[in-house]
Amino acid sequence: MLEVAGLEAGYGGFRALHDIALTVEAGEAVAVVGPNGAGKTTLMRAISGLLAPRAGRVVFEGTDLAAVPPHRIVERGIAHVPENRRLFPRLTVEENLKMGAFSPAARPHFAERLEWVYSLFPRMRERRAQVAGTMSGGEQQMCAIGRALMSKPKLLLMDEPSAGLAPVIVDQVFDLVRRIRQEGFTVLIVEQNVRQVLELVDRAYVLEVGTIRKSGTAAALKSDPAIREAYLGI
Amino acid sequence: MDIFLVEAIVNGILLGGILALLALGLNLIFGVIDVVWIAYAELVMCGMYAIYWLYAVHGVPLPIAAPIAIVFVAILGVLVHKLIISPILGSAPINQLLATGGLLFFLQSFATLLFGADFRNIGLRLPIVEVGELFVSFARLLAFGVALLGMLGLWLFLKRTYVGTAIRAIAQDREIMVLMGVDPSRVYLITSALGGGLAGLASALLVLQYDVHPFIGLSFGPITFMICVLGGLGSMVGGFIAAFIMSQIISVGGFYTSIELSYVLAFLLFIVMIFVRPQGLFGVKS
Repeated sequence: MLEVAGLEAGYGGFRALHDIALTVEAGEAVAVVGPNGAGKTTLMRAISGLLAPRAGRVVFEGTDLAAVPPHRIVERGIAHVPENRRLFPRLTVEENLKMGAFSPAARPHFAERLEWVYSLFPRMRERRAQVAGTMSGGEQQMCAIGRALMSKPKLLLMDEPSAGLAPVIVDQVFDLVRRIRQEGFTVLIVEQNVRQVLELVDRAYVLEVGTIRKSGTAAALKSDPAIREAYLGI
Repeated sequence: MDIFLVEAIVNGILLGGILALLALGLNLIFGVIDVVWIAYAELVMCGMYAIYWLYAVHGVPLPIAAPIAIVFVAILGVLVHKLIISPILGSAPINQLLATGGLLFFLQSFATLLFGADFRNIGLRLPIVEVGELFVSFARLLAFGVALLGMLGLWLFLKRTYVGTAIRAIAQDREIMVLMGVDPSRVYLITSALGGGLAGLASALLVLQYDVHPFIGLSFGPITFMICVLGGLGSMVGGFIAAFIMSQIISVGGFYTSIELSYVLAFLLFIVMIFVRPQGLFGVKS
């Protein structure tokens, strides 16, 4: 479904990613883990079109995304839940969800998808008229995920959904991600919380200083001595 | 209460409607594109000349001339964005101020070239409405009503439609719009057309009350800008309220002193506000 090859990206004179190769098959959940500053967010931004790659290819369902204008990538079926949620703080929950259905293909389905997102996250229905910036961190994350789901993506990119949340809320967010998986979405998730994310994905890539150092099934990585020492603290 | 004071208050409210309309247009553009169109009131002048030319020179009926003028100024708005703002969008704000400031002088000179410096009147005399002891100009009542309707229409557009929601959202997070499937440059163009359209609507209402001349923009431009800053640049609600505060100072202040002094009072309040609350009444940007 998604194939990244030889990807290089960065900001100004800084090269954040080099020679990244990664694939995601339909129906899979794949994680990219690694320390702060490894380039995880840059990778997500390069896939969703927020950042133009300097070299290499991002191919989604056979189309090279370099040929697609950034604002049309969401129509192709990639939705991105960005780092720090990035809700529109002074719009209501429902207006935020509406923005998620902005693309022409999604608009006719707005009402039914809104209903679907509300059934997934009943809390959002309660808060529908509330201004998004006044909600708690966990609720905002819920809204950000709901906003991405409004385009009914084939591939959902999630950037650090657990960041900045209290531990008990982090558990709830991982439950949300689990439910998204059960709904049949293909997920590519970036996380610092390696222990928990390896519990819910099929495979993972380990990104360190801009390159992929290791990859494998979640089970294999969990038992890898180097990973256990560096990321799981065992 | 003194009937003349009541009249001053009523006239202040009526003036407030049209100032609010102008402030809304300027605020909309600032909120979305982050640029202040210094020449905004000169676009109004262009619209007034368009109506004068259509109606007084060529005899096109007003109900047809006014919509044409609105579309004309909306197109001017798009051109201002395409030709002047868009190429320098990424440069320092001062450059955008200078460029739209240059446009102000260009439009003034161009209007002088076409129509001369004379005061032009469309030659339409609307009646005075008598309510009890109160005399109110019908042109002002009409302008107030239509301005309110125009603002209501814009509010519904911003609230109900996808593009309208995107216009409100883009001011809150520019970068992320692409992830929503929004092409920011298209939103900028639509906003410029809307801002121009509002200036066009204002021109149709002002031409009923004022003579048009190349420098008419100076009667409204500075006060509109002050209202926007007073309300908090980019805050549409703030601009709306500030418009009525300013118009009352001008109208009631003018009743107690003189019309010239009332503008001095308005500017004084503005200067004091800049020191006391520089972000404006409803400012969101620090």
